[in-house]
Amino acid sequence: MSVAKPLPHDAAALHVSGQARYVDDIPTPSGTLHLAFGTSPVACGTLNEIDLDAVRSAPGVVDVLVAADLPHENDVSPSAHDEPLLAMDTLAYVGQPICLIVATSHGAARAAARIAKYNISEGAPIFTIEDALAANARFEDGPRVYGRGDVSGALESSPQTVSGTIHLGGQEHFYLEGQATLALPGEDGDMLVHSSTQHPTEIQHKVAHAIGKPMNAVRVEIRRMGGGFGGKESQGNALAVACAISAMRTGHPCKMRYDRDDDMIITGKRHDFRIDYTCGFDADGTITALNVVHYTRCGWAQDLSLPVADRAMLHADNAYFLPNVRIESHRLKTNTQSATAFRGFGGPQGMMGMERIVDHVAHALGVDPLAVRRQNYYASSGSISDQNKQDTPYGQIVEDAIIEELSAEVCASCDYDVRRAEISAWNVANPIIKRGIALTPVKFGISFTLTHLNQAGALVHVYQDGSIHLNHGGTEMGQGLFQKVAQVAAARFGVPVDMIKITATDTAKVPNTSATAASSGSDLNGMAVKAACDTIRERMSEHFAALHECSISDVKFAHGQVRINDHIYSFAEAAMAAYQARVSLSATGFYKTPDIEWDRIAGKGRPFFYFAYGVAVTEVAVDTLTGENRILRADILHDAGFSLNPALDVGQIEGGYVQGAGWLTTEELVWDDKGRLHTHAPSTYKIPACGDRPDVFNVALWEGENRADTIYKSKAVGEPPFMLGMSAFFALSDAVSACGPAYADLQAPATAEEILKAIGRARDV
Amino acid sequence: MNVSFRLNGKAVDLVDVSATTTLLDWLRIDAGLTGTKEGCNEGDCGACSVMITDDSGAKALNACILFLGQLDGKAIRTVEGIAAPDGTPHPVQSEMIKHHGSQCGFCTPGFVVSMATAHLNGATDHDTQLAGNLCRCTGYAPIVRAAKAAETAAIPDHMHDVPHLSAGKSGAVDHPTSLNNFANWYADNPDTTLIAGATDVGLWVTKQFRDLGKTAFLNRIPELSGISIDDTHIHIGAMTTLTDLEVAIEQFHPSFAALIRRYGSTQVRNAATIGGNIANGSPIGDGSPALIALDATLHLQHGTTKRDVPLADFFVEYGKQDRKSGELLTGVSIPKGADHLHCYKLSKRFDQDISAVCGCLWIEVEHDRVKAARLAFGGMAGTPKRATSAEAALVGHDWSESTIRQSMEALRQDFTPLTDMRASADYRMQTAQNMLLRVWHEKQWHLTSVHAVTS
Repeated sequence: MSVAKPLPHDAAALHVSGQARYVDDIPTPSGTLHLAFGTSPVACGTLNEIDLDAVRSAPGVVDVLVAADLPHENDVSPSAHDEPLLAMDTLAYVGQPICLIVATSHGAARAAARIAKYNISEGAPIFTIEDALAANARFEDGPRVYGRGDVSGALESSPQTVSGTIHLGGQEHFYLEGQATLALPGEDGDMLVHSSTQHPTEIQHKVAHAIGKPMNAVRVEIRRMGGGFGGKESQGNALAVACAISAMRTGHPCKMRYDRDDDMIITGKRHDFRIDYTCGFDADGTITALNVVHYTRCGWAQDLSLPVADRAMLHADNAYFLPNVRIESHRLKTNTQSATAFRGFGGPQGMMGMERIVDHVAHALGVDPLAVRRQNYYASSGSISDQNKQDTPYGQIVEDAIIEELSAEVCASCDYDVRRAEISAWNVANPIIKRGIALTPVKFGISFTLTHLNQAGALVHVYQDGSIHLNHGGTEMGQGLFQKVAQVAAARFGVPVDMIKITATDTAKVPNTSATAASSGSDLNGMAVKAACDTIRERMSEHFAALHECSISDVKFAHGQVRINDHIYSFAEAAMAAYQARVSLSATGFYKTPDIEWDRIAGKGRPFFYFAYGVAVTEVAVDTLTGENRILRADILHDAGFSLNPALDVGQIEGGYVQGAGWLTTEELVWDDKGRLHTHAPSTYKIPACGDRPDVFNVALWEGENRADTIYKSKAVGEPPFMLGMSAFFALSDAVSACGPAYADLQAPATAEEILKAIGRARDV
Repeated sequence: MNVSFRLNGKAVDLVDVSATTTLLDWLRIDAGLTGTKEGCNEGDCGACSVMITDDSGAKALNACILFLGQLDGKAIRTVEGIAAPDGTPHPVQSEMIKHHGSQCGFCTPGFVVSMATAHLNGATDHDTQLAGNLCRCTGYAPIVRAAKAAETAAIPDHMHDVPHLSAGKSGAVDHPTSLNNFANWYADNPDTTLIAGATDVGLWVTKQFRDLGKTAFLNRIPELSGISIDDTHIHIGAMTTLTDLEVAIEQFHPSFAALIRRYGSTQVRNAATIGGNIANGSPIGDGSPALIALDATLHLQHGTTKRDVPLADFFVEYGKQDRKSGELLTGVSIPKGADHLHCYKLSKRFDQDISAVCGCLWIEVEHDRVKAARLAFGGMAGTPKRATSAEAALVGHDWSESTIRQSMEALRQDFTPLTDMRASADYRMQTAQNMLLRVWHEKQWHLTSVHAVTS
């Protein structure tokens, strides 16, 4: 069977030969025009006047648009209609698009965009969480609060408490392929849009509104993205709308791609957080009460900030049972880029807050943080006596926990206890280089918290030669979704995967799709494709059962053949026979996730179909003269259920870990006091490089299957491994704690500079 | 300008093209070869890596900051030309597929070209060879597995490129071949933009949209290239690439070589020249602190007039160097002798990052006394600069931790560093001071590098 095979990515051969085509590689018709935005130089102000004379007469410029030139709705927001494509009178961040330049080349458009002149009355900007709190600048009317129990009473009666704050920096997606769109105008006002997007239906919807047409006039296609990570869930809207409007105005195809600097300055990033906490616990490290407050910097527009902040709250427990807990969440509005979806979607921030609390509790008790972690894990699924330790703060019972099992197995395989002792001895003997080790768990909820998004569609054709054409609503951004889903289709028909043609995501083939996000891609689309394949298979089975006078269950699809007792057809012969018997060989498939319901205001319900788990142990070395550091080793055991493709799943885990560790270490976003982002290119914003991966990097998949009824009992694997990178941060915290007796209060990102400061705090008693 | 080169095995002769069109734009827009990707357009991500072959061998370079004018007489191999002409995949391509080395695939062409070039050159230091190629999906592990798996595979014949020499006349004004002729011409045309490796000038075009005006490409002037060593000095031609300098300097000053290994990336070092690094005058270039600590002398030429200036004196203030209008930097010399150099580069990321602080400390100890000290720092002031107070606190004093600590304290007199996106002023000062302490610990044989530790 084709599922569970470690097949390569569907486009691997095209990737390595340079033949894989991305939006900017599509050959364009002659006359194609190129777009660039002129952007706001200030973070806050009123736009009085725009002087475009120089822009209009710049070489190659064909057209220049401002807000007043837009024919229909001036909005590219995915949520609250608060994101004009081009600024009207209010400017809300440095980099906000004000005018749109249409020119004969990408270079001409970019060059002209820089010479626009703006008359602006500057206002008083709000940049920090503290500024926003003082000004009560926020989304929603007040903080959301989830929780249960008598938190203040339990805190008062706790034998010990710790209080503190951790700041978590944002993160730039740094997809290698920048945002890009090509719009081709058709007859009768139709528009074909090639967009590098995780959410083709959203692009279709926003473009239709912007050009004043129904959705059926707009077709959006995307074969692949050069990385997405959440950064192409809503951030492609502006380019697509700009291209479509310009194409409509000029009658020419229009293409827009952001230069890297523009991409980083204009688009949203991961939300940065401040998390304040007070935690009560007893002498054996059992957490008795927790009060935690999330302050989320959302930027200038709402975008997806509410569900991001909700998910942070839903992961404020991470893997730990909290008998009395209060989680308060403030969604703050600032004059910065509008923070957006990024792998984990708030989950990483919520979980980092909890792991930090555990780290602090362990320091207060003078024990290995691992002991405190294991003391508080949600009880495992098989444990009857501990069933009262399976209730989340939002009321969903954790029915499938394997956190302790994962921890025990990885501790054994990586020699945790022996290495812990060796590291302690090393730290006594070595004055300059200190080492640290940490295990952190991941429990990540799978499903969109907006329940209606948990649906998917597919379209499958079997041609008369037996070749199969596969289409579904998911998008390919590198995660291997297309291959996994093709493996499902091949398994249903019992044919080799190379008989399946994977085709571009296309809103004209499968409508009303959800974003490929929330790790849901293979869960949702795999099931939808299975449904479509099974429909065709059943029709074929009925035909052959009638033909050979046997029951439908006697018709078997396997090994590239259709067998009906002694009658054997190749799949191609079977397809031809079915075609000639006038059997429909095309079907749609549909799936909706069962058993979920969620009240986001009350903070109660069952938001997740199931949880995905993982555990990572990281060891680091820290230079106490500078704070420079290295990851020496990482050992990961991750739960992908019954893996549809173990090679692709391991790839998600390795890559997710390194990306997560990058978020918490070298990746630092720096704005100046005017709100200008200074880290807007790879020269200044440092994602992990080749040599930053762990020297020893052991990744294993947990042998088990999903208890929930998912596609072949697999589990979602897109986001959960990102949070395995937390172990790198807490290994650094461990190494720093070897430098002195005080709690080092390490903040994120733990750059070398932050680590050196933390060493100072550890030593300063 | 007319430019001739061989592209994926086929001769190409371009007539009257703009010399400052980047190779990346030419490939993608004019030649329709879209396999080579634009990731950053500033030479920091490697998605546009191409292999360039000339008489010095095959090198990986960033096409986004490589001008057509630099390519005359060379051979170019893009990702489309890495598989054999009959379509047989290159070993690195097969291993990348086998080891799941691509996910989104956008960085992959650049990786494949870097890997194939390293494979051709027999280089197996993969972390160094690939430090200039960023990947956001895989975490690099499968890519390095693929590179290792391909190490022993035979080199496909087609990878041995033969440059295609220019059909046009050599020695054109904008592509000179004689130092003296060019020095005279440049003295009369001082408004010319000189182009060496273009790792900085490239960005003037791709990011700042500057019109470079009159340009001259210096890569064909033989007197500017190469390293010569005599009994007393090592002479480094201004057009010596950092790659060549790293190799040549290793036996004399291994710490300088280790610093150069972290200068940009393989692709950047293959293009960047030491002359460009100095003439640029950046306060955060890594070449100058080391050369100042090595007591380097700079050689300049204006027309027929030559002069020498100590490198430490060349940097006048931020953005201002002691180089006259129309004067050409021809080379730099350092004295030959025993090695007392300790170079430390501090940056947010270990590889391919600009220094927050670069400290190059020359400390000679004789009979437990400090005999001489030249402490040069980058990132601490508007220019690369010596720490004269800290030096004074060392020279003539006992070689002891207390002397080091006095020198560390004195360093506060030497610098008032800035805060920027790379580091705060306090951190710069503290770590610069700690670089002195590191020398002390190194000489006590304490372990001082996280890179010397294994799990």
